[in-house]
Amino acid sequence: MIRWLCAGLVCCALALPGAAPAGDFDYALQARNVAPDAYAFIGRDEDFDTLNGGNIVNTGFIVGRDGIVVIDSGPSLRYGRQMREVIASVSALPVVLLINTHHHPDHFLGNQAFADRPIGALPGTVQAIASDGDAFAENLYRLCGDWMKGTEPLLPTTTLRAGRLDVAGRSLRLIALAGHTGADLAVYDETSGVLFAGDLVFNGRAPTTPHADIDVWFKALDELEALSDSPGFVALVPGHGAISRDASPIRQTRAWLSWLQASLREAAEAGLDMNEVLTRALPAAFVALPVAASEYRRSVGHLFPAAEKQALDHAH
Amino acid sequence: MSVPARLAMSLLVALGASGTLPASAFAAAADPLASARWEEMRRGVLGGTAAVFDAQVKVLAPANAENPTQVPVTVDATALADVAEVVVFADFNPIVEVLRFYPESAAALLGFRVKLQQSTPLRAAARGADGVWHVGGSWVNTVGGGCTAPSAAAASTAWQSRLNEVSGRQWQLGAERVRLRLRVVHPMDTGLVAGTPSFHLDDVELRGASGERLMRLRLFEPVAENPVFTIEYRAPGQTLVCTGGDNNGNRFSARIAP
Repeated sequence: MIRWLCAGLVCCALALPGAAPAGDFDYALQARNVAPDAYAFIGRDEDFDTLNGGNIVNTGFIVGRDGIVVIDSGPSLRYGRQMREVIASVSALPVVLLINTHHHPDHFLGNQAFADRPIGALPGTVQAIASDGDAFAENLYRLCGDWMKGTEPLLPTTTLRAGRLDVAGRSLRLIALAGHTGADLAVYDETSGVLFAGDLVFNGRAPTTPHADIDVWFKALDELEALSDSPGFVALVPGHGAISRDASPIRQTRAWLSWLQASLREAAEAGLDMNEVLTRALPAAFVALPVAASEYRRSVGHLFPAAEKQALDHAH
Repeated sequence: MSVPARLAMSLLVALGASGTLPASAFAAAADPLASARWEEMRRGVLGGTAAVFDAQVKVLAPANAENPTQVPVTVDATALADVAEVVVFADFNPIVEVLRFYPESAAALLGFRVKLQQSTPLRAAARGADGVWHVGGSWVNTVGGGCTAPSAAAASTAWQSRLNEVSGRQWQLGAERVRLRLRVVHPMDTGLVAGTPSFHLDDVELRGASGERLMRLRLFEPVAENPVFTIEYRAPGQTLVCTGGDNNGNRFSARIAP
């Protein structure tokens, strides 16, 4: 059960496009300068496939006085290596820490490219990578093909906890949250005012929910929104989608999750069967949102059984 | 009886009976789902008796099922008259037969979820007043592994205290149309996970206040863990009695208020 759940997490593109990717498996990563010494690599607003090689995720790095902190390592060994090459072209300083924001495969399967460096994550993330990592990797091989060549899960080497982390001559605020998964780490760079929100925040793409607890997620969003109101805040790098200079992606993520939760509860209360829930139309506000239809269908699978159980249990 | 044995017996019945059937009953209409296993299904699951492909028997399931342990299926044979029995099966599942239901006074309709091991045709055959199997179906693509994944219950012992716990609720959808949604706590172990024998709900039946039976079901291993059923009938305002049991002799009985 656990195993396939993990395998199924990221899978929506069951029918793979027939076209072959570029033979050189080049992700063409470009470091976007978000603020002084803070950079992000922005992935596509797509599902995993053999053309994008899993580059549907945002990663980033912060250049401190004494070294570089990397945030998430992408979906594959190739991605991690290419990312590290680009980082080296930006700064000659050494990478002193890689942080995995959470245990989803597009955020940690590039870890091998940083095997010579400390890799840190929340304890819950380390445990989840240990239990689910292999199944995640298998699933991405299936979805992304040869882009994954050589990729194996590599566990973080150190556990992180909430609070201030002085690293590379830089002061980072580690914010330990949950909701998208059981352990979601947001990283706020106090010097640049850039918030790396991980997958707690999606921008211009429907959120994914395979391990979501929506009520817990709302609390995390509230905390991140409060931070975005603080004086030093400059920019937000979501886990997926464009960089933002304000809290709009937080509100967008909350709006999707609020609708999703209410809609599934209402459907369960109305006595609908899962197939009827799957065929419901998206509200106008979300019709044009990239991958909204496929993420809605995936979320019904993840979240409707609990809504249904609640509606049935409360009947007596 | 084990499933292979059950299939083998059906096959014997089929072979024994084949000589007595009119040739036209086997008119080799092409399988709309183009499955390499269709002939075996016809001979085994359907006992080799007359079968026709019939779009009036609807099998609604997602074309791409992300979660192979909980693939939603809705079987609707209400367009046929006097359906006595419906068998649901998946050509490429290691355990082919999913369930059988006998609508009796309920509608020939059932919603539930199934475990699939790989992409497969998912079919329902309804035996109507004419004695012929009317076969509908659809293809489900899935990542697979649904039958060999441990049940969630295997991860803890919490389910033991809730085994066969029933929750249910009725909705009046129209003057003559009532829907029941029913959930039973059961691991529904397939026996295909090493060290975990087959352990599944076997029979479930639903009766109205006067004792009249609305529907009877025979369930096999592929029905998803903690089964949830959607059933419809024309008996509003009744407290229903749902009884059933599993292949280890655990019985349950529950009342579901209108």
